[in-house]
Amino acid sequence: MKIKNIIITFVSALALLLSTSVVSFAKVVGDKIVLGAAVSLTGKYSSNGVHTQNGYNMAVDRINSMGGIKVGGKTYKFDIIYYDDESNPKRAAQLAERLISQDGVEFMLGPYSSGLTKAMAPVTEKYGVPMVEANGASRSLFTKGYKYLFAVLAPANLYLDVAIRTAVELNGGKGVKIAQAFEQDAFSQDVRLGILDAAKETGSEIIIDDKLPKELNDMAATLAKVKATKPDVLVVSGHTKGALTAIRQIAEMKVDVPMLAMTHCDAAKLSKQHGKNAQYALCASQWHKTLTYKDEWFKDGMTYDADFTKMFGYAPPYQAAESSAALLVFKDAFERANSFDQKKVRDALAATDMQTFYGNIKFAPGGQNVSKPMVLFQVICDSSGKCENKVVAPLKWASAKLIHPVPKWSER
Amino acid sequence: MDLLIFQAPILMVQASMDGILLGILFALIAYGMALQWGVMNIINIAQGDLVILGGYIAYFMYLYGIHPAWGVIVSPIIMYFVGIGIYKLVINKVVDRDLFISILATFGISILFMQLMNFAFGADVVLANSGYGTTMLFDNSVVLPNSKIFAAVISIVFAIGLVIYMKRSKLGRAIRATAQNARAAKILGVDTEKVYAATFGINAALCGVAGALISITFTIHPYMGLPYTIRSFMIVIVAGLGNLPGVALSGMGLGVFEEFADYILGTEFRIGSVFLLLVLILVYRRFKLSKKREYLK
Repeated sequence: MKIKNIIITFVSALALLLSTSVVSFAKVVGDKIVLGAAVSLTGKYSSNGVHTQNGYNMAVDRINSMGGIKVGGKTYKFDIIYYDDESNPKRAAQLAERLISQDGVEFMLGPYSSGLTKAMAPVTEKYGVPMVEANGASRSLFTKGYKYLFAVLAPANLYLDVAIRTAVELNGGKGVKIAQAFEQDAFSQDVRLGILDAAKETGSEIIIDDKLPKELNDMAATLAKVKATKPDVLVVSGHTKGALTAIRQIAEMKVDVPMLAMTHCDAAKLSKQHGKNAQYALCASQWHKTLTYKDEWFKDGMTYDADFTKMFGYAPPYQAAESSAALLVFKDAFERANSFDQKKVRDALAATDMQTFYGNIKFAPGGQNVSKPMVLFQVICDSSGKCENKVVAPLKWASAKLIHPVPKWSER
Repeated sequence: MDLLIFQAPILMVQASMDGILLGILFALIAYGMALQWGVMNIINIAQGDLVILGGYIAYFMYLYGIHPAWGVIVSPIIMYFVGIGIYKLVINKVVDRDLFISILATFGISILFMQLMNFAFGADVVLANSGYGTTMLFDNSVVLPNSKIFAAVISIVFAIGLVIYMKRSKLGRAIRATAQNARAAKILGVDTEKVYAATFGINAALCGVAGALISITFTIHPYMGLPYTIRSFMIVIVAGLGNLPGVALSGMGLGVFEEFADYILGTEFRIGSVFLLLVLILVYRRFKLSKKREYLK
């Protein structure tokens, strides 16, 4: 009996060792700074989870090969322990616990999506583990008073704010009529709150305010209402499914609206899946390769795009770019803190003020990045049917002129 | 805003048409569910996942340059064999056990299918473009996508075809006999094992047709199956078991009800209101039944 127990213990210990493949139980081993991350490699977020992981890996590679991180006169390299959170918030919280208390990780990178970040943040907060996350934009993450959570991306309520302001500007400063349809999840509802704020400030009127149930992939009723009420702007946010459904049904039902603004066009590969039907759609994006931000590791957006494509075989969506930026922030903070003390690193993170290829990064007291505006791109197709995303707003970054109003279906 | 539908009554026509077209497609899935529920006493939780798998077949045809509409022929053929396979591997072990076991087993199949599809096809939301245009009615005020009309027509064709097949063919008669009394059918020489396998295969084939239609009208995703299971389950519950015309009617009825709820109560109450209706119907049924019982006493 005893021998059996010993064998079982031995085998399971071995299995544990093999499964993690990192033999460390502390955050800094030799010349390695070990970061922990739970990302969605399976489950419904797995495509974006993989983008996140690729973004992290790309930055680790780059930073390590360019000399690593210098702390206290010594040079360190990044290493990441990954776990698959299965796109499940409960699992994500468990894994955060496991990374911290079993693997001894003292610094964390964020998962993909607001929901999962929300599940992990209380855990990292409890242990005082600084977490830099790149894929949780929900406003509620930044209003809870978390001290150890930092997000390199702009919060969700700013996603489509630019669209409303642009529409008002084009309307000669007068308020516009807005129709909106949002999925009922944390992220989309935050985008909605942002629109409500923008509408209030600009004196715009919201004439349709539909909340799409998660299991719904038909928005014919909403679109029929839009057809009947003729708003100036139609705003849709419902992740990839929402973007694809909206474009399909707008084209099928020939809904004419002067401006169509959406989220998640990148992830939905709108122009690839819908071709010319996606033309003129305005999409909120955290990042676009043509933006002229610069840093010393990735140089600029175009170079990042080329290097990423070379490494992973596909063009980087903004989810990958922001994930890479998270590592740059960590490197910068470690060097400024000149220490691995969690409190000191946390304070250094809070004082971050830097430019990366992805954008400027400076954290508000809530932890969100407030110095990087969202950009809007428009899907623009040439006569051969090849479509491209071109940045059209804000004007400072625009590489093409916004086409407004969108031509009617009968004239296309 | 909630009065929009009364300000513009033409929207009622739009809502009814949308609801009917949607309902017919759902009714096709429910039809398969009713069939195997009636014959084998199995509630198939994996129904929606079979639908999605059928959708992926059409989607891959589309990717390889074949028009996805051919999916309504190819997909059921492949899905028939998938159905038979599932039956031989799992369902035949639970078919004469109680309902709870079959729910557990098909729930397991559902999870397995979701993960396998996610593994094989990725977690991206995809769709197939049919390139069908749009039908405008009443001076452009009612818009019907031709893809939805196509889906409804194909669903009706398959449903009617199946009814005729069940009435006329030998296998159809055997299926009906087994549904009425499996033991008696067995005694009279019906190979019930074969009947069960065929029933499960036919159900999967129907799901394949519906999936192909969904890939050209809506979107597909490995984890999107459950809503279809729930919807078809509701349609069957409302219609009552073994009531095939009832399935078609309740499918359309729920579709129209849902569209009107959207206009009157708001999109967020759309699915909730359908469930509320389901509860009311069940309570009403129970009430009616208890009355009948009293009468019998």
